[in-house]
Amino acid sequence: MEPVAIVGVGQTRYERQKRGDTFADMIFEVTSKALEDAGYAISDIDNVITVSNDFWDGRTISSMAVMDACGAFGKCVSTVEGDGAFGALYGMMRILSGQFGTTLVVAHGKGSESAMNLITNAMFDPVYQRPLGLDAISSAALQMRRYMDKYGVTERQCAMASVKNHANARRNPLAQLPMEITLEDVMGSRKLAEPIKLLDCSPITDGACALILANGDRACKAEVAPVWIRGVGHCADPFFLGDRDLAECAALRTAAKKAYAMAGVNDPKAGIDVAEVYDAFSYQELMWTEGLGFCGPGEGGELIESGKTATDGELPVNPSGGCLSAHAMMVAGLARIAEAALQVRGDAGDRQVPGAKTALAHGVNGPCGQSHCVFVVSSELG
Amino acid sequence: MEADWLKDAEEMVLKSRIKIPYTWYVGETGGRFFVDIRDNKRITGTRCEKCGINYVPPRKTCGRCFSDLDDSWREVGPGGVVESFTVVHYHEVSHPKDPPVIYGLIKLDGADTALVHLLAGVEPGEIRTGMRVKAVFAEKREGHMKDIEGFVPAEGS
Amino acid sequence: MGKRVAIVGVGQTHHKSCRRDVNGVELINEAVRRALEDADLTREDIDAVVIGNMDHFEGINYVDTWSVDGAGALGKPIMKVTTGGTTGSTVAQAGYYHAASGLFDVVLAIGWEKNSESDTTGAITTAFDPVWDRPVFAGAISGLAIEASLYMSQYGATEKDAARVAVRDRRHACNNPYAHLRKEITVEEVMESPMLSYPLKLMDICPRTDGACAVIFANENRAEKICPRPAWILGAASSHDYTWLGDVDFTRMGTIEEAAKKLYEQGGITEPLKQVDVAELYLPYSFAGLKWIEYIGFCKPGEGPRLLWDGVTDMDGELPVNPSGGVISSNPIGATGLLRVGEAAWQLMGKAEGRQVPDAKLALTSGFGGCFWSEMMVLGVRKPQ
Repeated sequence: MEPVAIVGVGQTRYERQKRGDTFADMIFEVTSKALEDAGYAISDIDNVITVSNDFWDGRTISSMAVMDACGAFGKCVSTVEGDGAFGALYGMMRILSGQFGTTLVVAHGKGSESAMNLITNAMFDPVYQRPLGLDAISSAALQMRRYMDKYGVTERQCAMASVKNHANARRNPLAQLPMEITLEDVMGSRKLAEPIKLLDCSPITDGACALILANGDRACKAEVAPVWIRGVGHCADPFFLGDRDLAECAALRTAAKKAYAMAGVNDPKAGIDVAEVYDAFSYQELMWTEGLGFCGPGEGGELIESGKTATDGELPVNPSGGCLSAHAMMVAGLARIAEAALQVRGDAGDRQVPGAKTALAHGVNGPCGQSHCVFVVSSELG
Repeated sequence: MEADWLKDAEEMVLKSRIKIPYTWYVGETGGRFFVDIRDNKRITGTRCEKCGINYVPPRKTCGRCFSDLDDSWREVGPGGVVESFTVVHYHEVSHPKDPPVIYGLIKLDGADTALVHLLAGVEPGEIRTGMRVKAVFAEKREGHMKDIEGFVPAEGS
Repeated sequence: MGKRVAIVGVGQTHHKSCRRDVNGVELINEAVRRALEDADLTREDIDAVVIGNMDHFEGINYVDTWSVDGAGALGKPIMKVTTGGTTGSTVAQAGYYHAASGLFDVVLAIGWEKNSESDTTGAITTAFDPVWDRPVFAGAISGLAIEASLYMSQYGATEKDAARVAVRDRRHACNNPYAHLRKEITVEEVMESPMLSYPLKLMDICPRTDGACAVIFANENRAEKICPRPAWILGAASSHDYTWLGDVDFTRMGTIEEAAKKLYEQGGITEPLKQVDVAELYLPYSFAGLKWIEYIGFCKPGEGPRLLWDGVTDMDGELPVNPSGGVISSNPIGATGLLRVGEAAWQLMGKAEGRQVPDAKLALTSGFGGCFWSEMMVLGVRKPQ
C-alpha cells in the first residue's frame, strides 16, 4: 500500500450546545485549524470529503450546509453519511487512487439541535422495529444485558469505563465532560433503560473535526511530522438485532484483523501503544477491547479492572476521554483518529501517553455497534 | 480580533419540524407475515435450507447466501425464550405507552433469530433471561407489529 | 499509483412508479442479484459495498447498516455516500475509487430510491437552509424554471426546442425494457401538458420512480478474469459550487463546464462531439438537454437547439444521447446517476439490448444534483495505459 499520512488535525471544543456556531462555523473553525496545523493553504487541498447525516442535521443533502466553509467551492467533493472514520477511509482511497495528492476530511454534528431518541429510532426498520419505539439507548441496553449475561461481566466493571474516561477527559481541554466521579456515582445515576444508567451513556454534543490526509510526497511538504496510516479495515454485522448474538462483535474482529494484517501488527497487545475506541456506552469500551484483541472473548471486564487500559497502564484506552466525554454524532470516529494522530506525534498535551508510536482509532455506525471502521496509525512508516 | 458588535449580539433560534408523510410498502413477504398475524393469530418465518436458519421476521432472500426463501414458510412460536430485556424509564413520543416500557429479544420456538418486542404482564424485577414467554394478540388487529400486544410469562419458566 | 478499474457487471430493476410488492431492502437485492448474474459472480466475490440514496425520500436513517442483508454486505465492508440528486454518480465515483485504491479488488456500487414512499417536494425542500432559503423555496422545479426562462431570453430558444429533448428521450425509452415511462410523446403533447412553473410543463420534467441499480467495479487484478470485455474507467471528475440560492449564476452551468474540462484532460478528449460514441447524461428536464450539453462541450452556448433539431443526438445521429431514455423517462433518484454509468458500460460491453449504439468504444456520463454538483466519467473499451 502506498504511504498515506495524516498531516493536519483540527477539532472544536466539544460542548453541550454551541449557541453561537452554525454547522458552517464549526467546519470553518476545524478546517482552518487543520490547515494551520499542516502549514497548508486551502489551495493545497486537492479534494474534500464531508461527513454529515441528514436526520441529525434536519436537512436532506446535509453536506450543502458546509461546502463553502470547508473550501470545497469548485473542487471535487463528496459526502459520506456515516461515522467520520468511514469518511477518512474514503478520503484515503481518493489518494491511493493516484488522482489526488491530498484530501481534507471534515465532519460535523450538533446534537443540541435535534431530538436524539426520535432520530435514533429512525435507524430501525420502519415496519418491524420502529413502531415499538426502540432507540439507541434501549437497543444498547438489550446488548449490555446480553453481554453481561453471557460472560458474567458486571455493571460495576462497565461503570469503570465511565469513571476512567471522564477522569481522562480532565486532561483534554476539548472534552465536554471532564469529571471526577466514583463507581458509586455511576451505579447510583438515574436509570434510563436498565442496565444502562445516565453515567453509562455518552452525552449529547455539538462539535466538528477535520483531518488532512496526504500522499508520501505531499506529506513531506507539511509542517508537522506525518502520521502514517499503516492499516485500515471496515466491516458490518447483520441488521436485525435478533440476527446476531449481541454479546459478540464479529464485524469488529474482521475489521481489526484486516487493519492489523496491513499494519504488520501480530499481537495488538504488544503492537499498539494507545487506543481510541468508540465508547458510545460504558459497556461498549469493554466489548470493543475484546473485538480488537486486547483481551480474550468475555475478558473485557477483567481487562478494565486490571488497570491495563488506564493512562499509566500497558495499553491506555481513550486517554482523550472517549465518546463518553464528548460524542458529536458523525464526528466522534474522526475525532478518535485525530486523537490517535496527536498521540503518535507527541502533541497530545496533558493527555499524552509517553512514547506512543503506534495507535489504534475506531469508529462505529449503526445500532449496537453494527458496522465498524478501524485505523492503525504510526509515526513510523514501517 | 473580534468585532465590537459581537459582544452584544442577540442569540436567535429558529424552531421547526420536518413533517414528511411516509408510506412504507411492506412487500409481499412482509405482507404475508402480517396477514397471518392479523387473520390467524399465527407468527411465521421463512427458512434458508442452505444456511439452516429460520428467519423471523421472514425474509424474501437469505442475506448470507442469496437463496430465494419464497417457498419456505414455517410457523413459529407463539411461545419462546427471553434472550435479553430492558426496562425503559424515560418517556418518548415514539413509545407505545408510559414508562416503564419493557423490551425483550425473544427467540420464538422454531426460530433461529430473535424478535424484538414488548414484554408485559410481569413486574420489571421478575424478568429473567431464559424465562419462557408467549405472544398475546390484540383484540383488534390491522396487520401491524402491534397486532402482537406483547409477550407475557408462560409455563415452563 | 492507483489501479486501473473497469465495470464488469450491471443490474437494474424494471423501474416503476410504485413497487408495492417489495420493501426497500428487497428492491436493492433485486438489482444486486441481477448485477452478480451479469458478471457471473456470487456474493462471496464482492470485497466491498458502497450504497447511496436520498435519505428523506424513504425516511430510513443509516441506510448502509439497514440494507446489509439485501445489499450483500453481511460480514463485509459497507459505507454510504449521498449527495442529493447526484447520489447515483457519487456512488459510481465511490465504487471507482474503492477499486482504484487497491484496497478492494471487486466493489459493488448500489444506488436506489423508493420515491413512492414519501412526499418528494416536502423532502427536497429540506435540502435548503432553514433560516435563509427554505421559507421561499418552492421545490426543485422553481430553480429549473428560472434557468429555463433565462436560457430562452439569453438565446431566443423556445419551449418547443426544449420539448424536442423530451421527445427524444421518451422515444429512446421505448427501446429500454427497464425504463419507467415507455410511451412516445410529440412536441404538441409536451406543449399541451399542464403548466407547472413557467415555462416548465409536466412533460418537460422527469417522473418520480421506484428503482435500484447495481454496478460492479473491478480493478486490474480481477477485471479481465471476470469479464472478457469490461468497460474501463478512463476518467472521473467532479465540481461543486453551491453556497446560497441567491448566489447562483443561472446564466451558465459552471460546475458542468469545470467537471467536463477536468475530465477531458484526463481522458485525452479534445473534440467530444467527434470522439465520444455515446453519452448517457443526467438531464432531469427538457431545457437541460439544450443548455447543459453546451457546457459539456458538444457545441457553443446557444447552439443546443440546432443540435437537437439536426438529429445529432438521436439514435442514428453523430452522438446518440440517452439511448436508455435518460432521466426524463426514469428517475429513481439515488439510482439515476448510477444508471447513466451502468447504461454507458453496457453500451461498451455490447449488452445494451434493443438500444445498442453500434460499435461504441468511448462513452461519456454525467450526474447532476440540485445543489449544482456535477460529476462526470469517461468509459472506454480499451484498457488505459
